[in-house]
Amino acid sequence: MSTEKILSSDGLPLEVSLKKAERKNKMKAMMLVAPLFLFILITYLMPIGDMLFRSVDDRMITKMLPNTFTSLEKWNGKNLPEEQVYAALYEDLSYLKKTKTYGKIIARLNYEKGGFSSLIKKTVRKLGKFEEGNYKSQFIETHKRWGDINYFIALRNVAPNWSYVKYLKGVDLKLDQDGNIIQQPEDRRIYKTLWLRTLKVAFWVTVFCFILAYPISHLLATLPMKYSNLLMICVLLPFWTSLLVRTSSWMVLLQQQGPINDFIVMLGLAANDNRPELMYNVIGTFVAMTQILLPFMVLPLYSVMKTISPSLMRAGKSLGGTPFVAFRKIYFPLTVPGIGAGSLLVFILAIGYYITPALVGGASGSLISNTIAYHMKSSLDWAFASALGAMLLAGVLVIYWLYNKLVGIDNIKLG
Amino acid sequence: MSKNNEFVKFDNVDKSYDGKVLVVKGLDLNIAEGEFITMLGPSGSGKTTCLMMLAGFETPTNGEIYLDGAVISNIPPHKRGIGMVFQNYALFPHMTVYENLAFPLKVRKIPKDEADKKIDKALSMVSLHGFEARMPMQLSGGQQQRVAVARSLVFDPQVVLMDEPLGALDKNLRENMQYEIKHIHESIGVTVVYVTHDQTEALTMSNRIAVFNDGKVQQLSSPDKLYEEPVNSFVAEFIGENNKFAGEVLDISGDKCKVKLNSGTEILANPIAVKAKGEKTTVSLRPERALINPTDKMDNNHKGKIEEIIYHGDHTRLRVDLLGNKEFILKVPNSTAKLELKKGNELNIGWNSVDCRALDPK
Repeated sequence: MSTEKILSSDGLPLEVSLKKAERKNKMKAMMLVAPLFLFILITYLMPIGDMLFRSVDDRMITKMLPNTFTSLEKWNGKNLPEEQVYAALYEDLSYLKKTKTYGKIIARLNYEKGGFSSLIKKTVRKLGKFEEGNYKSQFIETHKRWGDINYFIALRNVAPNWSYVKYLKGVDLKLDQDGNIIQQPEDRRIYKTLWLRTLKVAFWVTVFCFILAYPISHLLATLPMKYSNLLMICVLLPFWTSLLVRTSSWMVLLQQQGPINDFIVMLGLAANDNRPELMYNVIGTFVAMTQILLPFMVLPLYSVMKTISPSLMRAGKSLGGTPFVAFRKIYFPLTVPGIGAGSLLVFILAIGYYITPALVGGASGSLISNTIAYHMKSSLDWAFASALGAMLLAGVLVIYWLYNKLVGIDNIKLG
Repeated sequence: MSKNNEFVKFDNVDKSYDGKVLVVKGLDLNIAEGEFITMLGPSGSGKTTCLMMLAGFETPTNGEIYLDGAVISNIPPHKRGIGMVFQNYALFPHMTVYENLAFPLKVRKIPKDEADKKIDKALSMVSLHGFEARMPMQLSGGQQQRVAVARSLVFDPQVVLMDEPLGALDKNLRENMQYEIKHIHESIGVTVVYVTHDQTEALTMSNRIAVFNDGKVQQLSSPDKLYEEPVNSFVAEFIGENNKFAGEVLDISGDKCKVKLNSGTEILANPIAVKAKGEKTTVSLRPERALINPTDKMDNNHKGKIEEIIYHGDHTRLRVDLLGNKEFILKVPNSTAKLELKKGNELNIGWNSVDCRALDPK
């Protein structure tokens, strides 16, 4: 083996100068992708990062009651706190009263423990009459709840900068006073149902899409060009129509006085004064979402089926397989990558679907994304909306991981 | 063993896809048991359609196909028990070599130990032992082809159909595979119906060749007969190299006829497809049957001028202007007795009337 180094004309080792030349090309390529990289960073990764951050960020209250939380650190948690804690609380509340910002902490504290709202409001109102010294008795005099140890435990619990209570709330759990995770009271458990419904809807929409898309994709892949092009346009037409328009047309079709109900009545399947409700419930969500997501199943299936040579089925038959056996043993396994890609696509899109369930779903057909939107726009609990969003993201990643385990992500084919 | 000469029988079979054009017209063809028969013809001549009808993927528009005496037109492909090798191999890409071969045995519910023996035998037949666990994608084109052949034979079919199976291989590999398939056929004696458009392939492999053109069998005979005694101009032209002269029959007497060529010269020819005086004809002569400076006396002797000399290694090919045909080809073997070959030289060229066949005008 020769160990002699090959030199280029300028005396440098060839290996080095080759790498140099390549580096230049790499830099050029990097420059070309830089805009996209920046775009993704700014519009995709940063918002997601911000969302994850918001969902656990609980520093607002820490900033507003700094002295109280510092002095509470030394508290043993068994008896009522010492005088200095009350003094610190007085200092913080006075400052909040002066700046008129105490409203912000009320919501947060009240979420932690009911009763804080009136407690803080009353205390702040009477704060002007406080005299220096002996704050403990003055506080308890103002409101007897200041003599209740549970309120201080609650205060201590909100002290950390980071909290995962929003995530607990997302699955109908909460922390009790001692920091144990417990279930929400029965009348406040709504999110578990919502998650299950979202998963159920996504699952069934995927199944329906698969059942409807498989034959049509096969037809698309096997028809002569001139027919398959026309059929392809029919499949893609909904793709080119606004989502809102399509959903609204479903509203027209599915409403109680709509054509589908007319037809059902005409067939005598329902009485005219007892028309079935096809909309503002889970049926409407199913129907509209299946139609809207169908192309996402058809396209990957079609592109995979297109690559399957018709001679394979012929070979299967000539070797003695009945058409059914040839289909099950040869054709179907070869379409699995397409089924995987299509199902994953439809399922992931369905699990975060927003507009359609919002418009046709009603109360019983709304999904987790509608709740996220509600907390973003109406209740303004952004932290909670972020937590729900993060859980949704995690759920999608888990599905992706499961899929990779079961089918293998290399087995996905979009064309 | 008495051979069944009508093991596969096409009886007046027509096929039309669109109801307007007949792709196969009135086909009558008998294939003997254990025979290697090739359907040869240009693309669109109906040969593949015939194969597909035999396999059961197409139904005849008219007529019947018999297999071992029974009508098979109504039997679906999977019940015919006919093995098939496809043009692009059609190996199942998601199955290993073993699974590919096991497929026809599994659907026939053959017990595993017996199936393993059969697979073993089939794989050793194509010398692919040890490749059981490979996926088709991991095999070369030639190996895939062998697997396809083994798969078509593993369930001991009565007939094996091969649809241009060597089309995708390079020249050397193709020649090797030709011999291999031929040997397999000889050793197991299965009936093979082979479709190709490659005449060398057909000539080397077959017992008999059916030359297809325009939906009809033009000639059905053994390779040597096909080459040396073509019955019409199409076959003469399609198989091997051919020199042709157009002319008109002046006189027929026994096994000789006088033909007046378009250049005005008269030659003696062998009347094959001409019956009467005054008929138009195309006279066909194989290049190797015309000799340069013949020493024996020959029926036809004419002078030609060398137009082009093409060196081919084992022989030299001359393009000669002879009797108004500027494309007349001569083959000169590259022997020690070298001729003085120069462009523009005149040569004496002679041939016998037996080799010079007066066929139908084209």
